[in-house]
Amino acid sequence: MLSAIGVTHIDELIAHIPADARLNRPLNIATGKSEFDIVDYFRERGDRGANGFASFLGAGVYRHFRPVVADVIVQRSEFLTSYTPYQAEIAQGTLTQIFEFQTMVCQLTGMEVANASMYDGSTAVPEAAMMAVRITGRNKTLVARTVHPEYREVLDTYTKHQGMPVAELGYDAETGRLDMADLAAKIDSDTACVIIQSPNFFGTVEELDALAELVHSKGALLVYVFTEAISLGLLQPPSQADIVVGELQSFCISPVYGGPFAGIIATKEKFIRQIPGRLVGETKDTQGRRAFCLTLSTREQHIRREKATSNICTNQALIALMGTVYLSLFGKEGLRELAVQNLSKAHYLGGHFETRFSGAYFNEFVARVGDPEALNAKLLEEKIIGGLPLGRYYPELADSMLLCATEMTKRPEMDKLLAVAGRSK
Amino acid sequence: MVKKVRSHISQNEQLLFEMSSPGKKGYQLPDLDVPVVDPAAALGGQAVRSEIEGFPEVSEVEVIRHFTRLSTWNYAIDLGMYPLGSCTMKYNPRVNEQVARTEGLAWAHPYQPESLAQGMMEVIAALECALAEITGMDAVTLQPAAGAHGEMTGILLIRAALEKQGNPRKKVLCPDSAHGTNPATAQMVGYDVVNIKSNDLGMVDVAELVKAVDGDTAALMVTNPNTVGVFEEHIVQVAEVLHSKGAMIYMDGANMNALVGVARPGDFGVDVMHLNLHKTFSTPHGGGGPGAGAVAMKAHLEPFAPTPRLKLDKGVYSWDYNRPDTIGRVRAFYGNFGVLVRALAYIMAHGGPGLRNATMDAILNANYIRKGLEAFFDLPYQSPCMHEVVFSDDRQTKKGVKTGDIAKRLIDYGFHPYTVSFPLIVHGALMIEPTETESKAEIDLFIDAMQSIAREIDEDPQMVLKAPYTTRTSRVDETTAARKPIVRWKPAS
Repeated sequence: MLSAIGVTHIDELIAHIPADARLNRPLNIATGKSEFDIVDYFRERGDRGANGFASFLGAGVYRHFRPVVADVIVQRSEFLTSYTPYQAEIAQGTLTQIFEFQTMVCQLTGMEVANASMYDGSTAVPEAAMMAVRITGRNKTLVARTVHPEYREVLDTYTKHQGMPVAELGYDAETGRLDMADLAAKIDSDTACVIIQSPNFFGTVEELDALAELVHSKGALLVYVFTEAISLGLLQPPSQADIVVGELQSFCISPVYGGPFAGIIATKEKFIRQIPGRLVGETKDTQGRRAFCLTLSTREQHIRREKATSNICTNQALIALMGTVYLSLFGKEGLRELAVQNLSKAHYLGGHFETRFSGAYFNEFVARVGDPEALNAKLLEEKIIGGLPLGRYYPELADSMLLCATEMTKRPEMDKLLAVAGRSK
Repeated sequence: MVKKVRSHISQNEQLLFEMSSPGKKGYQLPDLDVPVVDPAAALGGQAVRSEIEGFPEVSEVEVIRHFTRLSTWNYAIDLGMYPLGSCTMKYNPRVNEQVARTEGLAWAHPYQPESLAQGMMEVIAALECALAEITGMDAVTLQPAAGAHGEMTGILLIRAALEKQGNPRKKVLCPDSAHGTNPATAQMVGYDVVNIKSNDLGMVDVAELVKAVDGDTAALMVTNPNTVGVFEEHIVQVAEVLHSKGAMIYMDGANMNALVGVARPGDFGVDVMHLNLHKTFSTPHGGGGPGAGAVAMKAHLEPFAPTPRLKLDKGVYSWDYNRPDTIGRVRAFYGNFGVLVRALAYIMAHGGPGLRNATMDAILNANYIRKGLEAFFDLPYQSPCMHEVVFSDDRQTKKGVKTGDIAKRLIDYGFHPYTVSFPLIVHGALMIEPTETESKAEIDLFIDAMQSIAREIDEDPQMVLKAPYTTRTSRVDETTAARKPIVRWKPAS
């Protein structure tokens, strides 16, 4: 190959890199390791994690069983090692699946259009706010304090330099739902959108009707956020909302220390040209057969550059594929049955605690336990990871923790937690 | 003549919704070991949905067959060369898939106690350290989810540092060869975008740059090697021009596969850059994500890095949330950890010398392709190329055939096309990046295919315009798709 190119030594190929820009020593990284060494390195680090512990953590990342079939499918080379489906003729597999994914997201959320997925739930939130600003021509965002605290931090980071002021809305100390009076006081003719989460960070289900009516009466858009996607199997689809965003992790994605996950964004048909990210559309090939392709790319950065709807240049295709397989396995009946199991487990546990809020909850709830850190320390001795202490995010809830139970939470584990917490009946 | 492929049967398949029948299911749930709760009683009847209209009902076998059939409609690296320029489609080692599924890592909850998260934090620290060495930078954040997300993080860092000095400034410069994400990112961080013309060699024109940089300039966003595959030979001087006016230099690391072990952005003046771990560090593209967009920075930007920051104190790792100058979070939790695991496994498998060898092989392969095709396609820039080579379709357009048509014909020869029509500064670009993955045998087949297509264009351009011929789907009508968008399935009414 070197002689074909016309050089005698391979380093001649980089001779044009100026000397002051070149690295003149070997990289200070150990020489290559064997496959055994690598597997062993990660196994050893994994072993120092929480193997064998029961866990009651939720708060945006949930433990759900992963059907074996889903992992088999995502390891198909043709899905795993392909690129973004720009060349439609040799990417119909990925394109067809994304079209199915977009359809399922619409069916679950009650929206009319959905994109091919976002980085995750947290980054989908500012993208929804930016979208609302483009649609309404207004600039203010109101966000409920019961939206995941880390999602709100991300919203702040994104909006800071885009002339998009963000203000927070309180919660009702009794129910744990949005404080409607606070909303009524703060919403005005500059409000582009109101962002709420349901079930919210406390696990409490929001009541949408009055909320949506108030938001719309002021000409603003309602953005509905979810972090626990399984709830969509049981709760009314949030069709009163204008934009729905959320996290898909519950659909077959292991917690994997916080990522990779995938977000969704879905909206009404009339806003389709303002949606960020990739979209797959149906069309035909030259012989009139159904085919799919990426579409409406004139919204995107590679065409519009600084005038694009977002700088986003990817989706989370493989994660969305995992979700699509999961949803097709569970289907119409299964997702509901799964959701009922989650509801039942959480209510068994919650029934033994003094719950902090009276509002209805799905699979997590706030329990007043006195000293959450002390309780968690005692639980750790029993190989139980307790709930998330809330004081760091909500100083007024320093005596409380957020507890979650899913279909994977076994009754003996719950009974043990209750015994340690002094809550056995 | 087509040497690499011949056709075989491809299964037809309906959409999930069309093959659904009531009562079919593909799941089993364990018996409920607590009393069942009535949803209407717990949530209120109003809050409970009836059914998910149109949702599929299929069996496990149908699910397996459905997705396996769909998979066979895709091309993939595991099937052959995937020479998409700027995308670095290299082999994704399978051991990386296995280690990412290590139980203690895959099932780690981001909020589990730090005492039970030391293993994960060690992985993160080890990758930060390796990437700092590779880039010649002082600190790394692994929080960003993708390349464009890393760009946003980097420009936010620059903005925060300038603000701290008293003036965030107004504009960001982007060469006309830049990826579209660069200007889109600068805009999202509140900057005006100024485009800078490239010179005849495809490089940043230093004279133009000197004219453009002033006290309002926050940064230049530069890709190096740039999108025509050329190393910016004046990069040290470019950095000096910016620094002399108090501005900074951001490097888009999309093409870092040309530099690992050979040159370090930190040594040639770059202040902050991102790395696409799904390109240079082999994590799978997965049909379009997930990736990860690590950001490497010089020490003067580190105080502004996203929270939380990993901290090591007396041999114990913790997450530091108390960072008064931080730009804040760019996403929830700590980053795409599962992707980080794979990238670290790749670095460990190669080691320092192996990483440099991979770079040199990638450069060798690109130069070999350039030599093999330069008699057949126009080369707009004569500068030496690094890991990719960019041709133009000028010669072929005279016969009415464009880069997009050549790409479609290449499919019939058993290859995924190169990157089409990018960078924008090259008329009708064919951007070819073989990566180090490809053997001489595979590359020879590719060169042979491209030469053969060039001859077909001379002899029968009409034939090429209708390609591909061998795919299960012939050319797809993208215009109609955009004019009347149908983005979800609906039952026939």
